[in-house]
Amino acid sequence: MNWGGWAEFFYMKGYALYIWGSYGVTAMLIVAEIFSLRARRQRAIQLALRTVKYGKVEKDEGNDEVTA
Amino acid sequence: MSGFNWYKYASPATFYDLAGRMIPWFYAAAALLCAAGLYIGFFLAPTDFQQSEAYRIIFIHVPASWMSMFIYVVMAVWAAIGLAFNTRLSFMMASALAPTGAMLTFVALWTGALWGRPTWGAWWVWDARLTSELILFFLYIGFMALQAAIDDPRRADRAGALIALVGVVNVPIIYFSVRWWNTLHQGASVSVTKAPSMASIMLLGMLVMAFAVWMYAIAAALSRARSIILERERNSQWVAQLLEGKA
Amino acid sequence: MKSRHKKLILIGVVVLALGAVAALVLNAFRSNLVFFFSPTQVVNGESPHERAFRIGGLVEAGSLRREADGVTAHFRITDTAQTISVTYKGLLPDLFKEGKGVVAEGRMSSGGVFMAEQVLAKHDENYMPPEAASALEQAQKAQKTLVAPPEGKK
Repeated sequence: MNWGGWAEFFYMKGYALYIWGSYGVTAMLIVAEIFSLRARRQRAIQLALRTVKYGKVEKDEGNDEVTA
Repeated sequence: MSGFNWYKYASPATFYDLAGRMIPWFYAAAALLCAAGLYIGFFLAPTDFQQSEAYRIIFIHVPASWMSMFIYVVMAVWAAIGLAFNTRLSFMMASALAPTGAMLTFVALWTGALWGRPTWGAWWVWDARLTSELILFFLYIGFMALQAAIDDPRRADRAGALIALVGVVNVPIIYFSVRWWNTLHQGASVSVTKAPSMASIMLLGMLVMAFAVWMYAIAAALSRARSIILERERNSQWVAQLLEGKA
Repeated sequence: MKSRHKKLILIGVVVLALGAVAALVLNAFRSNLVFFFSPTQVVNGESPHERAFRIGGLVEAGSLRREADGVTAHFRITDTAQTISVTYKGLLPDLFKEGKGVVAEGRMSSGGVFMAEQVLAKHDENYMPPEAASALEQAQKAQKTLVAPPEGKK
């Protein structure tokens, strides 16, 4: 690509709306997913902490991989 | 039977720990590949002879579309393993993949619309390729909503697995639609049967971006799987030990 | 514990999503699998007569003619075996070019001219820099003149 400055780069020969609209929305979705993953992790940790503290901690169920 | 080593990794406790250590690496790989791919795609790759700059949408459109199909297949494989061997972790992996798959399917549809408008002259057409990709999106949504609607995790897993397995027939339909039927969507530029019909630097940019999306999808799915494990196994001894150790 | 309200919404989403899948699949089996008909199929009468349909093929080289009003265009769509004349009133897409792929939606007029309501450009899966494309074109031209005796045309 022949470099003609940032203005020309962002203009994308008239396709700016389509190209930056594609990449911008994709970037936003990925950032949103990363935030929602972090939020879910915090909620899961809080839930588990509450369960450990107040709830009934059952006997280890972690090894019944093959029950069928 | 229980002496095999892989059972160790099929146990949520081991997996939780292992995944936690791998996630940063996958995120780092995704970020580096993404930077390299975008640099190649926007600064090294030349203008296209017929589409001018509009073709640069390919560097996100094709990787997202590939991964949207690939993730669904992986999801169906985990669901099948879960049904066959009744392994909870497999079902959790299937559930963990769905939101990322749905997001990438949306990206494929969205970038496709923004690419179709300036080149074809339409945001959307009901041809076989676009319609089957839209069906994929609804399958992901259906899978997630169904799992969320059922309280009992075991029944939710089985119901979701059914959608994942029935829906997987849609993936080859998406992939081969441009060959089987008349579509407005062009054929594949890259396939195993013929040499790629792209300039090599453009192809390189696209492949690097595809790997970036792949690494990101793994990181996101592993991260989500860890949360699902905590949510579901919060009554078990190992979670209690894990959290006590941290507290 | 999930509220009943939330659960109802989720079940609604399930029904809507799977319903949309079923509707799209059924509709596809009925009509959408054939996105366009080739000029040969149209000449053979395989295309619908009463309702609108799409014709796909290449814009015949040298066939594009624009009227003085600036919006009406006449061109021919060919699959090299058969050719259909098309009239279209509106903006043609950027990639619409003679010798390139096109899909036009509309109806056959009684005079045998296809009256298009929408014209879409169908591009191929080749991506390369303009210099490479022109070099390829030169090479193909050279090969043609070597292989086939030059015709009177051009």
